[in-house]
Amino acid sequence: MVRLTIDGSEVEVPEGTTILEAAEKTGIRIPTLCYHKRLPPIESCDMCIVEIEGEKEPVCSCAAPVSNGLVVTTDSKALHEQRTANLKKILKYHPLDCPICDKAGECELQDIVYEFGIEDVPYESRKVKRDDTYSTSLIRYWADRCIMCRRCVTACLDLKQIGALEIQGEEENARIVVDPDKCKSCGECLMVCPTGALTENLSRYKGRPWLVKRVQTTCSYCGCGCQFDLNVLDNRVIGVTTDVDTGVNQGSLCVKGRFGYEYIGDESRLKKPLIKENGALREASWEEALDTVAEKFKAIRDQHGPDSIAGLTSAKCTNEENFLFQKFMRAVIGTNNVDHCARL
Amino acid sequence: MTNPISNVLKSEVILAIGTDTTGNHPIIANYIMEAIHQHGVKLLVIDPRRIELVDHATLWLQHNPGSDVALINGLMHIILKENLQDQAYIDERLEGFEELKSCIEKYTPEHVSSITGISEEDLHAAARLYAKADPAALLYTMGITQHITGTDNVKSCANLAMLCGNVGKEGGGVNPLRGQNNVQGACDMGGLPNVFPGYQAVTVDEVRKKFADAWQVEGFPSTPGLTVTEMFDAGETGQVKAIYVMGENPALSDPDKHHIEHCIESLDFFVVQDIFLTETAKLADVVLPATCFAEKNGTVVNTERKVQRVRKAVEPPGEAREDTWIISEIAKRMGYTMPATTPEKIMEEIRLLTPSYKGITYKRIEKGGISWPCPDEDHPGTPVLHVGKFARGKGLFFAIDYIPPAEEVDDEYPFLLSTGRVPQHFHTGTMTRRGTGLNRLCPEPVAQINPEDAEKMNISDGDYIDITSRRGSIKVKIKLTERSSPGMVFMPFHFHEAPANILTHSIVDPVAKIPEFKVSAVKIKKAA
Repeated sequence: MVRLTIDGSEVEVPEGTTILEAAEKTGIRIPTLCYHKRLPPIESCDMCIVEIEGEKEPVCSCAAPVSNGLVVTTDSKALHEQRTANLKKILKYHPLDCPICDKAGECELQDIVYEFGIEDVPYESRKVKRDDTYSTSLIRYWADRCIMCRRCVTACLDLKQIGALEIQGEEENARIVVDPDKCKSCGECLMVCPTGALTENLSRYKGRPWLVKRVQTTCSYCGCGCQFDLNVLDNRVIGVTTDVDTGVNQGSLCVKGRFGYEYIGDESRLKKPLIKENGALREASWEEALDTVAEKFKAIRDQHGPDSIAGLTSAKCTNEENFLFQKFMRAVIGTNNVDHCARL
Repeated sequence: MTNPISNVLKSEVILAIGTDTTGNHPIIANYIMEAIHQHGVKLLVIDPRRIELVDHATLWLQHNPGSDVALINGLMHIILKENLQDQAYIDERLEGFEELKSCIEKYTPEHVSSITGISEEDLHAAARLYAKADPAALLYTMGITQHITGTDNVKSCANLAMLCGNVGKEGGGVNPLRGQNNVQGACDMGGLPNVFPGYQAVTVDEVRKKFADAWQVEGFPSTPGLTVTEMFDAGETGQVKAIYVMGENPALSDPDKHHIEHCIESLDFFVVQDIFLTETAKLADVVLPATCFAEKNGTVVNTERKVQRVRKAVEPPGEAREDTWIISEIAKRMGYTMPATTPEKIMEEIRLLTPSYKGITYKRIEKGGISWPCPDEDHPGTPVLHVGKFARGKGLFFAIDYIPPAEEVDDEYPFLLSTGRVPQHFHTGTMTRRGTGLNRLCPEPVAQINPEDAEKMNISDGDYIDITSRRGSIKVKIKLTERSSPGMVFMPFHFHEAPANILTHSIVDPVAKIPEFKVSAVKIKKAA
C-alpha cells in the first residue's frame, strides 16, 4: 500500500493507483474531460491537472501514479485559472449549437463549461469548414463539434483492438477519419464520446434526454446478457444507451445490441390472432383463436393420446414463459414432447 | 459456462475451439482482447476458418472440419507422453483415467496429423502451450457441438480440461458460449424432453411425484419425449398430430428445409405463437400474436448462468399479449387453471420446485444478476462450478474414439459447407432483418470462399454462384476472403431468400440430436 496526502487528508491506496483514482476514493472530485474509466489515460484535455509539492508544473492526475509521501493539491486559484484557460481553448472551435445537438442535456462538455461558469468565449469558426461524415451509415460524425479528446480512437484501438479510427491533420484542421473496411459499427465510439461529435444516425424519432424514459433490461440477442437502457418516447423505443458501471458489458455493446431495436416497433408486428381458412390466414378474435386451439388440442389428445402433441418452447422467451410452457405440455397435455432450439 | 466471462483475465492461456467469438459474442471477445493485450494472456485458436481471433493468437491450428475428437485425443496423447498432466488433481478428483489412457494410446502425433491435417510440430506446440498454462480456460460454441459427434466433442473438451486440472478453478473451466439470450434459461426451466425444471429427470419416480403433487395432476410419462428434430420427423410418420411452437422458426433454422416443411404439412394441427409472421408462422393453422422482450417483465439467464431481469418498457402493439397469458388461457379452456400468471409469482413457483433457483428472488436481482446454483436467500450464487469437487462427486473421463463426419467431400461434391452467423444478423433474421439499420450494413446473404478456389473456377468477388448439395440448391452472391480456407464454403443461415438449410443434411448426433451444420458436402458453379 502507498500513503499520500490529498488536500490535507492522509490516503492509503494500493500501488499502481493513479492520483485521480486515489482522490475519487477519498471523495474528492477532480474535473475531467478526456478521462474515461474504461480507457487508459489519454491526457489530451489537461483538465485533471493537480499540484504536487516540490514539482514546478502541475501534472495530469489521470496518468500520474501515487507514490509514498506525495502531497497533492487538487484545487487552487492557479489550477482553476489554468483549467479555465484550457477549457476556453477547447471551446474556441466548438460551435455552441447545443439547441440542435442530440447530446444536449447529457453532454460532458456542456456540464463542465456550466460548472466553470464560462460566459465569454470568442468562438472562431474554422477557416475551412469540416464536413460531417459517417463512420458507417449508423454513426454520424459532426466534425466541427469534435474536441479531439481521442476517447473514440483509444476505445476502438484499446478496448476493441480494431483501430478503425485515426486522427488526420493538425491543430484546427485535425479530424477523425474512419477506415470503413475495419469499422464494425459496434458504437464503442458513441459510448465514449463526451460531446455530440458522434451521434447515432438511426432513429427517425428524437427525444431530449430529459424527456426520454430509460428502462434497464437485458439484450435480446446472444447469451452474453448485456445490460442496457431502452430509451422510450411516446411508447416507442427510440434508442439504446448503456451505463459503464452496469452488467458484464460495462457499457459496451455490439452492432446488434446497439442498433438492432427497430423490430420492436416494426409495422409488420403481429397485432391480431390469425386463423387459416381455405388455405389463407384471416384475422380472428382472441376468443375464437383460443377456443380453436384448446378444442383441437383436446380432441387430438383424447383421440390419439397425449404423446401425439408436441411443443417447442423458446430460447428467446423468459424463464417464466418457458416454465409455464413446459408445465402446460406436461401437466395439461400430459406429454414430455417439449424442446427448443438449443441444438440449432 | 463453468466460469464467469471476466475469468479469462485470470487465465494464462485461452483455448478457443469452434468459436468465432468476435463475430458471435463480441462482448466476450472484448474480455479476450483485454486478456491478451493488457494481461499478456496467450491465445490458442483451433478452427478450420481463419477467424478474426487468429489475428491475435499465439498459435492457430487449422484442423479438418469434424476432426475435433482426434485432435483433442492427439493433444492428450502428447500431454501424457511428456508427463504434463495434473496427476495430483487426477488422482484426487477424477475417475476413468486408465480407460482414457488406453484409448488415446493409439492417437500418436503421426496418426492424428493424418486425420486433422495439422503438422506434428504444431500438435506438440499446442499441447505444451495448453498443458503448461495454469490456469487455462477453454471456450467453445457451435463449431464443437454442431456435428454428429457433438456430444463426443464436448466430452473431449472436458477430458482435456480435466486432464490438466483446469476445472473448478478461477481462470480455467470448460466454457460453452451460449448463442441466444435465454437458451440457458429455456434448458434450466425444463424446456427439454428429458427433464423438469432444474434438470430433474422425468425418469425418476420421486421427481415425477414432486411435480405431480405441486401441479395437482395424476402423473407424467416416465420416459423422455421427442427432441425438436424428432418431433417433426414424427409429424411426417403420423405419430405426432399437432405441434405448438412458441417463439421459434424451425422452417428456417432446422436442417434440410424441404423435409421440415413437408413434416409440418403432414400435421393435423399446427399452432405458432410469435411476434412476426415468420416462415414457420405462415404454415400454421392458428397464429397467436405475442409480446417481445421490451414489452414484458421476467428473467433470462446468460451464458454465465446468471439470472438477470428483463423489464417492460413499452406497451405491445395491437392485441398482442404476453406468452404467459396466452398459455394460461389455453390451459383454462382445457380445464386446467394456472395459479401463478404474473412473472414474479411464476418465479416463486419456480423457486419452490427448482433447488438451484431457490435463493433467487426478484428483489435480490433488482440491482444485478445471480449465477445459479443459489440454494438459499443468503447464498451469493456460484460463479465458478465444480470448485473442490465435481457436482457428481468424482469427475469422469470419457474414452472416446474418432468418428468421421456423416458426409465427406468426394469428386461430385468437392467443397465442404459450414453454416453460421454474421455479426449484423441473428439466427433466422426475424428480428434483425426488420427496420433499416442492420440491413444497411448487411443487406443480403453472401457466401465466403477462398480466392484460390475462385480463381480455379473463374469466379470473381460479387459474382453469383449456385451451391448444390444432395438435398437442394441455392443461388447466392460470393465474397472472396482468406478467412475461408481452400476447399471450404461458409454461409450464414439468416436469409430466407437463400436459405442455407436447403443444403444441410439432417443426420444428427445420437445423444444430443444436434444436426451437423458444420459439415455438408457441396458443389459450386458460377450461376447462369
